[in-house]
Amino acid sequence: MLSALTNPAILLASEEGGGGVEFPPINLIVKWPSAFGEGQWYGFNKIALISLIAMAVPVLLFWLAGRKASLVPTGIQNVMESSIDFVEKQVVLPAIGPDGMRYLPMLVSMFFFIWIGNLFEVIPTAHMPANARMANPVMLAVVAWAMFIGVGVKHHGLRYFKDALFPPGVPKALYLLVTPIEFLSTFLIRPFSLAVRLFANMLAGHILLVTFSVLTITLVAEGILAVVGGLSFAMLVAFTGFEFMVAFLQAFIFSLLTAVYIGGALHPAH
Amino acid sequence: MSALTNAAAEILAQAEPLSAADQKGIAGASGAGMAYGLAAIGPGIGIGYLVGQAVQAMARQPESAGQVQTTMFLGIAFTEALALIGFVVFILLKFV
Repeated sequence: MLSALTNPAILLASEEGGGGVEFPPINLIVKWPSAFGEGQWYGFNKIALISLIAMAVPVLLFWLAGRKASLVPTGIQNVMESSIDFVEKQVVLPAIGPDGMRYLPMLVSMFFFIWIGNLFEVIPTAHMPANARMANPVMLAVVAWAMFIGVGVKHHGLRYFKDALFPPGVPKALYLLVTPIEFLSTFLIRPFSLAVRLFANMLAGHILLVTFSVLTITLVAEGILAVVGGLSFAMLVAFTGFEFMVAFLQAFIFSLLTAVYIGGALHPAH
Repeated sequence: MSALTNAAAEILAQAEPLSAADQKGIAGASGAGMAYGLAAIGPGIGIGYLVGQAVQAMARQPESAGQVQTTMFLGIAFTEALALIGFVVFILLKFV
């Protein structure tokens, strides 16, 4: 993998007179061999390592911040308190309301897990977002799905399903049309689009960065086209900054949508 | 003109018939391009309109900018999903 990217001769080996950009096959850029247990359920590859780090880093940061908690926060306590404040002001209060504060811990951990997993897209030597493999977003979406259904059933009992499938104030005959649509959109399309949104955004960003890296290496190796390679390198730098923003935005949107769904289950009137 | 068509016919005659795998690859690649291109039209228009309206709302009422921004991100997330499904279809057609 690395030799293909650092040694341009391999990329250019396939050309027969005239140049050519050899894009690496998709499996080469998203599939990683396991360190142990290849093909088994406990197989441990780069994605699993990044997911573990994404889980451990927030735990470590919040432990460091809360270890010597003081009334006037300093240093790391300040940073972590403002991050909680961000989730509270931007996610919980607009989407659920004041009674949604009990879901704050779950949304904060969701936000941090996704954000740090995404950040590995632009961290050198890693360059692989954990959420560009479908398994991670699917599990997160299943958690969100179980959470909002659980909240609805806990607070409204089985009436939650009745309100969700048969919205009040609709003429009786229209239920033939409305109920299947509501069922599809609430219970099937919601988790599906939640997972696909995160997955496709991160995979698209990853492929974009790989494309510009390959382009830059190929053009610089051509010698005379090195000037154009400089332009492509500038684009690579610009897109790295853009992906830094996307990593944050996707974590924000995922937790915001989870909060909106929980809010919808908590207050079904609107 | 006829010399040109003769040359073209000669070149065509030299070409080897495509294998089934090649044809499948060509159909997959062009279908993938079409799928993503078509899927990007609607969300492109939608997000442009949505953000334009949000900017207008923020300019008219700067004190509600925070709320408008959150709602805008929500709307973008819902609209964008269609384009992203198009992208997934692209990946499936092109690489799988």
